[in-house]
Amino acid sequence: MKLEVHTWPATYGEQAQPRMGFFTDTSICIGCKACEVACKEWNHVPMQLQGFTGNSYDNSVDLGADRWRHVAFVEQRLPADATDGGSLVQIAERGAAIDAGVQTYQEGDGVRWLMASDVCKHCTDAACLEVCPTGSLFRTEFGTVVVQEDVCNGCGYCVPACPFGVLDKREDDGRVWKCTLCYDRLRDDQEPACAQACPTNSIQFGELDELRERADRRLARLRDAGQDQARLYLADEDNGIHGAGAFFLLLDEPEVYGLPPDPVDTVRDLGSIWAAAGAAALALGAGLAAAVLGGRG
Amino acid sequence: MTAGASYHGQPVIKAPVWTWQIPWYFFTGGVAGASAGLGYLCELRGDDALARRAWAAAMAGICVSPALLIADLGRPQRFLNMLRMFKVTSPMSVGTWILQGSAASTAIAAAHAWFGLFPRLARVAAPAAALLGLPLSTYTAALVTNTAVPVWHEARRTLPFVFGAGAGLSAGAAALIGADPATAAPARRLALGGAAMELATTTLMHRGLGEHGRPYSQGRCKHFDQAASGFLAVGSALLAARGSRSRTAAAAGGVLLLAGAVSTRWSVFAAGRQSAADPHAVIDPQRAGIARGERIGGARTEPVARDAAAPAGPAS
Repeated sequence: MKLEVHTWPATYGEQAQPRMGFFTDTSICIGCKACEVACKEWNHVPMQLQGFTGNSYDNSVDLGADRWRHVAFVEQRLPADATDGGSLVQIAERGAAIDAGVQTYQEGDGVRWLMASDVCKHCTDAACLEVCPTGSLFRTEFGTVVVQEDVCNGCGYCVPACPFGVLDKREDDGRVWKCTLCYDRLRDDQEPACAQACPTNSIQFGELDELRERADRRLARLRDAGQDQARLYLADEDNGIHGAGAFFLLLDEPEVYGLPPDPVDTVRDLGSIWAAAGAAALALGAGLAAAVLGGRG
Repeated sequence: MTAGASYHGQPVIKAPVWTWQIPWYFFTGGVAGASAGLGYLCELRGDDALARRAWAAAMAGICVSPALLIADLGRPQRFLNMLRMFKVTSPMSVGTWILQGSAASTAIAAAHAWFGLFPRLARVAAPAAALLGLPLSTYTAALVTNTAVPVWHEARRTLPFVFGAGAGLSAGAAALIGADPATAAPARRLALGGAAMELATTTLMHRGLGEHGRPYSQGRCKHFDQAASGFLAVGSALLAARGSRSRTAAAAGGVLLLAGAVSTRWSVFAAGRQSAADPHAVIDPQRAGIARGERIGGARTEPVARDAAAPAGPAS
């Protein structure tokens, strides 16, 4: 069973805007974290020190109430003889350096360094929005998903409903917070702060249809260049969330970056969920009747 | 356990932020819901003494429940925002309205059973409370299974029956405590039948979960689950052996069964936290679905030549 919730563009009528989104091309991310900083500055997202994690250069850990952009750092050790070029002597030297643990973290030294800026996906089928009991979460005229902080009462239902772990409760505040895709800036024809700050154009903002075309051209170029691990994540509409407003070009499996390989909107199973709850309620009624009316004493 | 890739072992989804009030509400909501049914049916049967006990339990449950729920909110003073809408896709929204209806009708029915107040209103309110009590006892399962937490979501067909059985046994057990064993046979049957059903449906749920059910054999969840089985088994044995003769044995058995129902709810709650904290509980089954060819997943390696007219999708 699928309950279609047509909140965009239908309910906006003439005010509906083209669906806007992010294409995050992680193949050109340099891990500068300008997106994290710009987002915090513009949106007044409070500081939350998480300490030194030891997880490469990532000390902001994950997306959450106080982190609406998060740059992931993955260091992958490759076999010493896996890199192209170089003589047998050079490959042997590299192998020895790796074995001795003295190599530097640079391209070709046996380490592949993946960096990716993660963000709210602004799903087409957004579980957070569907389970929100107050209507605080809503879909904007740009097709994005935003929390109205003057309505949210901190029930926390959206937190475990999100298949990406994007939303979280801000402890001293009690409400949930997440990326708004800079709703205020969009209404003034400005691009979101993270995209504007990104120095390599790894974060690209625009109309979703145009971004998807651009992403496929980029994927084709990377594949032609021999990057056979390159892939688009959430660029299509045939997945468990019916497409996303923010999608990614990745250089490895999604789970390597902390992303679920097959995210599904829980509300897709709402039919079986309510059917089971209803059947169990009837069974309880039958049990009560049997216990009270069925016996002798 | 497969040790596939994850991001520095970080969880993929967020653990529920709900605190201790929520598993207790699973319990008090079930007590309130099933006790209303028990009270109404006992009235129909002419068993007014047992009916009064059941309505008292229903009233206690329905008073505590909203307090627990409001206390768990991040902004308790905004609890009325729940009443801005009715939303079928949000079991929490549906449950809010069920709880409202249950509270109003139970209050009237209990006032009639105890003090003879509102006789005409109670003729409608008592059956309404009994009927609303049934979904009140099971919607909480719909609430937690309608999330991305694997151990909850994958139990969506069985967990409501665990909660329904637990509500029944709780109502029976609550009515037994302090009651005269000679007149409490329906409550005893309900408690014993409910306890057997809770043990059976919990086992079914664990089996059905398969690899998703790993939390039930680990950590706090496992301890709550074992405690629940122990409480239910000992309480049932005591009730079956001595419950029809000894007031003390019936009360002790009732308390043990209530402890069992509470422990089951805590094990379900703890399972959700443990499941959400484990990246492989989320990643591995998704990856397995893709490997089996049942799911296409979220990623695509082959580029698609798109133009404005072509629909988005993978190349054939």
